[in-house]
Amino acid sequence: MSGHDCDITLTVNGERVTERVDARQTLVDFLRDDLILTGSHVGCEHGVCGACTVRVDGVLVRGCLMLAAQCDGAHVETIEGVSDLGEIADLQAAFEKRNALQCGFCTPGMLLTAQELLARGGVPSRETIREQISGNYCRCTGYQAIVDAIESVAQTRAGAKR
Amino acid sequence: MKIVEDSPPILTALDRPNSYIGRSVPRPNLARLMQGRAQYVSDVVLPRMAHVAFVRSPHAHAAIDSIDVSAAKQAPGVIAVVTGAELAKVITPWVGVLTHLKGLKSAPQNALAIDRACWAGEAVCAVVARSRAEAEDACERVLVDYRELPAVTDPETALDPGTPVIHPSIGDNLCFERVHSAGDPDKGFAEADAVVETTFLFGRHTGVTNEPRAIVADWNPGDARLTVYQGTQAPHMMQNLFAKHLGLEEQQIRVVTKDVGGSFGIKVHTYADEMATVALAKLLKRPVKFVADRIESFVTDIHARDHRVTAKIGVKNDGTITAWEIDDLTGIGPYSVYPRTSGIEANQVVNLTGGPYTCGNYRARARVVFQNKNVMCQYRAVGHPIATAVTEGLIELAAAKIGMDPLAIRRRNLIADDAHPSQGPSGIKFEALSNHAALAHLDSMMNYAGLRAEQAQLRKQGIYRGIGFASFVEVTNPSAAFYGVGGARISAQDGATVRLDSTGAIYCHTGVSEQGQGAEAVIAQCVATSFGVSMDRVRIVMGDTDNTPYGGGTWASRAAGIGGEAAWQAGKALRQNVLAVAGSILQAKPETMDIRNGVVVDHDSGKERIGLDEVARICYFRPDTLPAGVQAELIATRHYVPRAWAFAFTNGIQASYLEVNTDSGFVKLLKHWCVEDCGTVINPQLVDEQVRGGVVQGIGAALFEQCLYDERGQMLNGNMADYLVPMAVEMPDIEVGHVVTPTADSELGAKGAGEAGTAGAPGCVMNAINDALRPMGAAPLTDMPFTPDKILRALGKV
Ligand code: FES
Ligand code: FES
Repeated sequence: MSGHDCDITLTVNGERVTERVDARQTLVDFLRDDLILTGSHVGCEHGVCGACTVRVDGVLVRGCLMLAAQCDGAHVETIEGVSDLGEIADLQAAFEKRNALQCGFCTPGMLLTAQELLARGGVPSRETIREQISGNYCRCTGYQAIVDAIESVAQTRAGAKR
Repeated sequence: MKIVEDSPPILTALDRPNSYIGRSVPRPNLARLMQGRAQYVSDVVLPRMAHVAFVRSPHAHAAIDSIDVSAAKQAPGVIAVVTGAELAKVITPWVGVLTHLKGLKSAPQNALAIDRACWAGEAVCAVVARSRAEAEDACERVLVDYRELPAVTDPETALDPGTPVIHPSIGDNLCFERVHSAGDPDKGFAEADAVVETTFLFGRHTGVTNEPRAIVADWNPGDARLTVYQGTQAPHMMQNLFAKHLGLEEQQIRVVTKDVGGSFGIKVHTYADEMATVALAKLLKRPVKFVADRIESFVTDIHARDHRVTAKIGVKNDGTITAWEIDDLTGIGPYSVYPRTSGIEANQVVNLTGGPYTCGNYRARARVVFQNKNVMCQYRAVGHPIATAVTEGLIELAAAKIGMDPLAIRRRNLIADDAHPSQGPSGIKFEALSNHAALAHLDSMMNYAGLRAEQAQLRKQGIYRGIGFASFVEVTNPSAAFYGVGGARISAQDGATVRLDSTGAIYCHTGVSEQGQGAEAVIAQCVATSFGVSMDRVRIVMGDTDNTPYGGGTWASRAAGIGGEAAWQAGKALRQNVLAVAGSILQAKPETMDIRNGVVVDHDSGKERIGLDEVARICYFRPDTLPAGVQAELIATRHYVPRAWAFAFTNGIQASYLEVNTDSGFVKLLKHWCVEDCGTVINPQLVDEQVRGGVVQGIGAALFEQCLYDERGQMLNGNMADYLVPMAVEMPDIEVGHVVTPTADSELGAKGAGEAGTAGAPGCVMNAINDALRPMGAAPLTDMPFTPDKILRALGKV
């Protein structure tokens, strides 16, 4: 039931935001419905599909499993903000080149999840890449193109391109 | 026919200067999807928009004696609470039948159940509120007085005299039956040296599009128009249905489809809750939004494939197939889905079994029965995965029985590549197939002999690997024979309109829609090539019934083959128009010129004559300088529909290499191959990715996916934690090869490619598992999905 409101102040994509939220509202619903940042998607509402993936204080979280009220004082980054900073421009270019997205619904979560692995440096094996994204459901691609794209970026970033 | 390697480009006779046909150009406009700036229907927000949530029946079958909405109406944020009887004043019921599926019957279905709910999940009452959360809260305050009725759940007993009839008005629980006989099956079986008979079971499963179904309906009484934002594959079809059932003219309806988070056949049907949403918008005179949550998706998105097929094959010792026989039974829920019906999948099983093989002695029966479960209807590759698994399963079981190599038995029986046109066992007509060339290509691509040696070696070490195959044919580019002849207002033709803008760039408006498969890119490639500009000078307009030529949309692998041809022809027509006016400007004969890379050139020398920007400038801003009587026509429209063949059949073959852990029952997929022939390949990368995505969807059917129901009709695993889908870590790399046999029905020669992967993968994986387990004496597994417990049972370990 509704009726338990909380006031929260947080930073979203570098912008300070103060809002009153329903205590039960999830982070992803807050981002989508209140801030109209619709790049984070809702696929399962269950913590399984990864479509709602965002970063909170630098850590990947499932926006459907975290409440907005828990984010008071936090730094939240969504696909919109991460894109604008250019942090994953090479990864996005690789996804485009390799057609690693079809409908694109999984893509924001997939990109952020891939970037977490890539940020660790080195060139992970294909198995490691597959494991990294194994919590991100994609119905369209069959995953191979996504693995290829991530692998190619790892190689380029490591300066070890074949 | 020519064999081409996986790597681009795949060039054909259509190659011309700055051609994009056969080239892996990236899809335009992916940036917005990657930056989180797409617009899926679930993202749409309109002024005064309200949200609807539905009270859904918890019972598989129940009479609704009363509904008390008084408490719900008082709940915070509630705008309206509407029952089925009230909504029926705004929207009429529908019946999902087609006249060419003779005898197919169904009962009227309402947007909200009235008096009776026929499956667990059927909407019985709508609550509209300021927010979805408030609407859901208020749903809990709706008091429905249900009286449980006996639920019909088992298709095997659905037709028994003692089983209750779900819709007494139509007499019995039989939706559709088809019986087919060709050649002399009795003689064929009598002549066989070996007969294999078994029963194949296919788990009921569903599409699980990553974005659930979503719709925003906006009735503006001032305009007397309804604008519907809908994630649909067929905008014009929906325009017609909304008009028909709301009592409006088609002109009063605009269907807009922007980004769609996956469809796969899920989003090409009429859903009661979506019909209720448009009716509520009309009733309340404001925008209403409905987005299915995941649980609603599982109990209302169409399911598919719940078939039991008893099947038999006869073979001679030399491998010649002498006869086929199948008996298919499928339960499709309480209603045949509107407007495509739920008879098509069983009909396709009858059509496609026996696939591309020469043996014409074939007997088939298919029965489609009603039951109190969620509805079933067409999902990616409709019927193909079933018919292919049955055919290819029988062939490999027969090969094992007579001790023949699985590829050798196929070589003996596949219709020769030079014997086309031909027909399959059921009488389906093939213009031109390349099954032998595809098989030969696959054989070398996968190094079959080497894999067999490796398999034998590893078996000595107690490692059980299997190799399985599935040859297939696939229905693509459907003509009016699919739906139109049966009375459905579903367009088989598609159109494209191309216009030159004032800077020399072009717009192409097309009736096909983008679902992520790359239709926008393919249409742009076709029109850029045939008109003569680079792709960055092309803007595609799609998914809007106010602004696109009338068309069928995107289903049955038709967008590239049909929509692409229309765009190709429209681009050519505009080229003629532009050359005509350029000829007037230059005092040259139009036929001596061409358009290349945005410039009018001399056809023979390639010498540049005038830029398109200059042609456009003169025509739009200084037409006074054109010779008297010259009127530039800078827009052209062409339509296309296949006429010579009812369907453009594609073909191919898949192979799976896997390892079965005989202690745990787990299957590890090591590698998958697919060689397919979709005619002219417009964009090799997009074709390959369609194949890969399709294969993985088929693997899901083979190993993981099943909508589990109890005997009372309750779905037990309707969430993504319990319903397993393929995830990255379990999936193999998939190698794709091509053979190219263009259809002569169109100038482009392109056939469809969207469903081949899903068609072949389940049977192929099944055969590989059985190949792995055969030396252990396991009974063949024919009951999908092949979960670890079934494998251990086959091995006698549990
Ligand atoms: S919506 Fe959060 S994991 Fe699926
Ligand atoms: S691209 Fe559609 S779900 Fe991944």
